[in-house]
Amino acid sequence: MKTYKLRILFIAICTSLLFVQCADDDDNGNIIMQVTCDDGVQNGDEEGVDCGGTACAPCDTTLDFSGTYTQEDIMGRPGVNTVFSGSDNVKNNFNTSIVSDRASFQPTFEATLELYHDVYAQSLGIDPADLDYETNILGLDAPTFTTVLAQFDALQVAPNGPTTYFDGTNALTGRNLGDDVIDISLTLMFGGTSGTRFDGNNGTPQLTSDGVDAGDRDFSLGFPYLETPNE
Amino acid sequence: MKKTKLFAAIGGLGLAMLAVFLIAADHIDAPDVAGTTTDIADFYAFEGDDPNKTVFIATLQGPLIPGAVTDNAQFDEDVMVEFNIDNTGDFVEDLVIQAIKRGDSMYFFGPVGPTQTGLSSVVETSVARNSVKISTSADVQTSSNNGMTFFAGPRRDAFYFDFNRFNEVISGAVAPEGFLPPGQAEDFFEELNVLAVIVEVPNSMLGTAPPHVGAAVGINGLPPAYNVWVTTKRKQ
Repeated sequence: MKTYKLRILFIAICTSLLFVQCADDDDNGNIIMQVTCDDGVQNGDEEGVDCGGTACAPCDTTLDFSGTYTQEDIMGRPGVNTVFSGSDNVKNNFNTSIVSDRASFQPTFEATLELYHDVYAQSLGIDPADLDYETNILGLDAPTFTTVLAQFDALQVAPNGPTTYFDGTNALTGRNLGDDVIDISLTLMFGGTSGTRFDGNNGTPQLTSDGVDAGDRDFSLGFPYLETPNE
Repeated sequence: MKKTKLFAAIGGLGLAMLAVFLIAADHIDAPDVAGTTTDIADFYAFEGDDPNKTVFIATLQGPLIPGAVTDNAQFDEDVMVEFNIDNTGDFVEDLVIQAIKRGDSMYFFGPVGPTQTGLSSVVETSVARNSVKISTSADVQTSSNNGMTFFAGPRRDAFYFDFNRFNEVISGAVAPEGFLPPGQAEDFFEELNVLAVIVEVPNSMLGTAPPHVGAAVGINGLPPAYNVWVTTKRKQ
């Protein structure tokens, strides 16, 4: 889809959403007042989970939440650190950085993006200089795309509209369990302006889809939304 | 010339190393964190079944093989899982939801403005805490309070990806075909599990969403959106 069409759709959808905002008026009265000493929840005047207060047995330990906690891992969008950081050192540094201070990662991310293209060019016997990243379906050139990845690495989740990572029309309003983030990421990396640059057709390699879908996973479940573990 | 610079920029990285570039969404993403109790596998944020609520899911310690490995996987009392919400558009957390294990339960604090932002945090014990007993595969526990709902325990990994083929693609080993067609491709994660921390929160607790960051790079018309990410932090 052409970028300008995409933008027109975005504008139309955004406009329509202005009229469907909902008042959050249904959350009053949900506070659990009933005290039960075996429900695994701290409720009523319990001092801990199912202990203390007027109804339950005394808590035999005081919970300690003291201390300072220091960051060891961080994640916004899927695959950013693993795909674009390149070296072990950069990956470790990324995990101990803060989102608002990532400008220094952008050149590495752009170099890695081009290197992926070079690797494939070489394997195909093409001069790597002739095979570079092409502006993607969101209209982002390499510096801009990698700036988005490096410096705005968060999920954008829209409170007043449906969630999708990217569905061909809507984009960047969160991440559903079933969103095919790999195919979306591959398309943004290798799909070029059309989204079909290396899609396996017309003699091109298949680089825009890994060929797997969610299989028999069920994403229609209510809370906690994820399925029972595999056995 | 350009290519020389590019190769120099990544420190002379060899082609062989490309084969292990991408593991997964964030599963075992870097040497310092891989295989530890702080390793984030994945992160999701989406509209709940109630459209007035947002669901945050962090998965940890993946991939876990079914059976004993999954059954024996434990949350770490020294590790805080922190959902970060920026509602002003500067990519600094304005609100956090913290989760940390004590005993047989996961305790939740927030959403609350953090005492300090950035790499170091304290547990925000000045606000009311919530909790849920940690689930097992056979014993699923959830709890709700004040419009929020909580879960912590093992779950099936929702992430799907032909990870083995990717390594072959990126190394050039399967040129010129690239990825396999549906039916031949294999989902590496189909039979694997993760530990999950899940909280569903009324949007009214998250403040007003800022203009979508897409506008900063010319992608206009996107709805207002919080910027959200997850961190794991270890007690010092």
